[in-house]
Amino acid sequence: MSTARSHVHDRVHDRAGPLPGTNPAALGAQGRPVSVLGLLHGHEVVAPIVLPLLAGSVLVLLEKAGSRWVAVVSLAATLLLLALAVGLLLQASSGQVFPYLLGNWQAPWGIALALDRLSALLLLLTAVVASGAVLYSLGGDDRRGVHFHSLFQYQLMGLAGAFLTADLFNLFVFFEVLLAASYGLLLHGAGRARLKASVHYVVFNLVGSALFLMAVSLLYALAGTLNMADLAVKLAQLQPQDARLAQAAALMLLIVFAVKAALLPLYFWLPDTYAAASAPVAALFAIMTKVGVYAIARMTTLMFGVSAGGATAGAAAQALPLLALATLVLAALGALAATRLRGLVAYLVVASAGTLLLAIGLGTAGTVAAGLFYLVNSTLVAAAWFLLADRISAARGGTDLLEPRALAHGWAPLGVAFFVAAVAVAGVPPLAGFLGKAWLLQAAVQTPLAAWVVALVLGSSLAMMVALSRAGSALFWKPGEVADETTAVATTASGTSAPLPNHPCHTGAVSLLLAAVLASALAAGPLSAYTAAAAEQLLQRQPYIDAVLGARPVPPAYDVRKEMRERVRERGELK
Amino acid sequence: MLLLLALGIGTLAGCGVWLLLRSRTFDAILGLTLLSYAVNLFIFAMGRVKVGAAPIVEAGKSFTLANTADPLPQALVLTAIVISFSMTAVLLAIALRAHAQADSDHVDGQEPRS
Repeated sequence: MSTARSHVHDRVHDRAGPLPGTNPAALGAQGRPVSVLGLLHGHEVVAPIVLPLLAGSVLVLLEKAGSRWVAVVSLAATLLLLALAVGLLLQASSGQVFPYLLGNWQAPWGIALALDRLSALLLLLTAVVASGAVLYSLGGDDRRGVHFHSLFQYQLMGLAGAFLTADLFNLFVFFEVLLAASYGLLLHGAGRARLKASVHYVVFNLVGSALFLMAVSLLYALAGTLNMADLAVKLAQLQPQDARLAQAAALMLLIVFAVKAALLPLYFWLPDTYAAASAPVAALFAIMTKVGVYAIARMTTLMFGVSAGGATAGAAAQALPLLALATLVLAALGALAATRLRGLVAYLVVASAGTLLLAIGLGTAGTVAAGLFYLVNSTLVAAAWFLLADRISAARGGTDLLEPRALAHGWAPLGVAFFVAAVAVAGVPPLAGFLGKAWLLQAAVQTPLAAWVVALVLGSSLAMMVALSRAGSALFWKPGEVADETTAVATTASGTSAPLPNHPCHTGAVSLLLAAVLASALAAGPLSAYTAAAAEQLLQRQPYIDAVLGARPVPPAYDVRKEMRERVRERGELK
Repeated sequence: MLLLLALGIGTLAGCGVWLLLRSRTFDAILGLTLLSYAVNLFIFAMGRVKVGAAPIVEAGKSFTLANTADPLPQALVLTAIVISFSMTAVLLAIALRAHAQADSDHVDGQEPRS
């Protein structure tokens, strides 16, 4: 498909020549588009940010007017983002880095975006999870509060921007965009538990933002640039007397990202928040911890990598794997101690973040590749889990306490879905969770921490399996009495809203995400080849730096600035 | 001048952190506000403090950082002010709602059992 379509676009461009708005980045050496997204004339890298922004803004108006088109527009925009992400993945799989100069200003003076294999993979993952979440919300969750869909689209914009940007301050801005939207989404259909979790979540993240700003401005003061590629070059040439300050800034940045990624001393906000959010929001939040993981992966390779040189090289290389291992252990204990299904799932998210950060912290090509492979599976399965947990608690009269309770209808579909999701998340053969962990263990054997990694990853997997089988047997194998009056009252008072009846959208969304989990296992060959290539690209910083700093602005077809200068000159001569 | 600025940032940040560690939402919000003041001043100071320098360009002088103040941190501060201001507003709204529902301004939504 890709060859046929790019061939068509080649012909179009041969006839018309490069269009005035065409970004040179999307053009190959001969000035020909290498993109299958030729229709966007070289603006395809910024499209995943613009599309949700437009959709969200339209949705604000539609929601205000109470239009019936809200659901259609939201779903269509999300599916379009999915198509766009697939196109960008195909484009990035060529191995090139595609920079995009916002406002046609050359890096490092303007803000640059850059698409490489890793960001394309995360974009696609975001789009898949978002499609499932938005489909699920159409089953009734979106009508429990105002502006669900517009906030949802703004969150997607923030996520896409964070994955694409090559500018540190721009990364901060996109973090704030996605956080601001997430505050609104978390409060959606507010209850008491949700409000309490929101206060904690917002305060915690605002402190994180303050630290982020300090780190960014400190780096600017030392290196005089905010472009990540330029920073990578400049940090290696710092004066020795600035070394300590640079290290402090690097570690502050890593603390900020560790807050988002839920690393050990900073993950305590996550279980409460994720357990309190409504199901589609929690499913979307499954990708939010991955923003932190992505940012750590990008920083520790591009700017603070062991091979990067300078005072900040390997700033957290010692601490990161150890903290990740400790996170894994505590998450496994949290999963064992969970009394509610959603609490259990939230700890599974923490465990997956721990595994991912372990893979990135070990920092060899093999472990990073395995980590990225595991990232795909763990994100999809975490999103599916949040939706499934909501369906299970709805079938049990609105409670997800892990104790015997009668199910409102047949256990078979829910039980089978629970089984598939449990197998995928715990890392049992034959699904991709197992493949990812096995690959990680194989790759970790050559690292100094090998014994600890093998013991703790396997041990935490066992603990998760125990926790999941205990939960499954309590939920499905012990048909208890129908919920009595007192417990029913207790659960509504704690802030959970009345359960929604089953809707085709619910079944569709859960099946979609579980199918994606199964697909990631079936397509393990191509997927692992892609993540191996992505890891290799991530660890080689030079092509990224060259692409971003080498991108040149398009010569304007119509030079407004020149014309303005001439006009000013004419006016001066008249005087 | 520099010492005064550094002491000011330090005092603001210190008061902010102390207030943040208290258990009432109102204190926490005040603490965050002070912390964001400290951060904004910090960003501003990171562009090097200059007295009497033109913000961008001065007539008759070449545009180098030796002659002018660094405009970029000023732009960053502007963005940071807008973001922290609006986020504080969001947090205030959430805190008011939580207070109205739980009849307590404790950050955990209920008075501690003593």
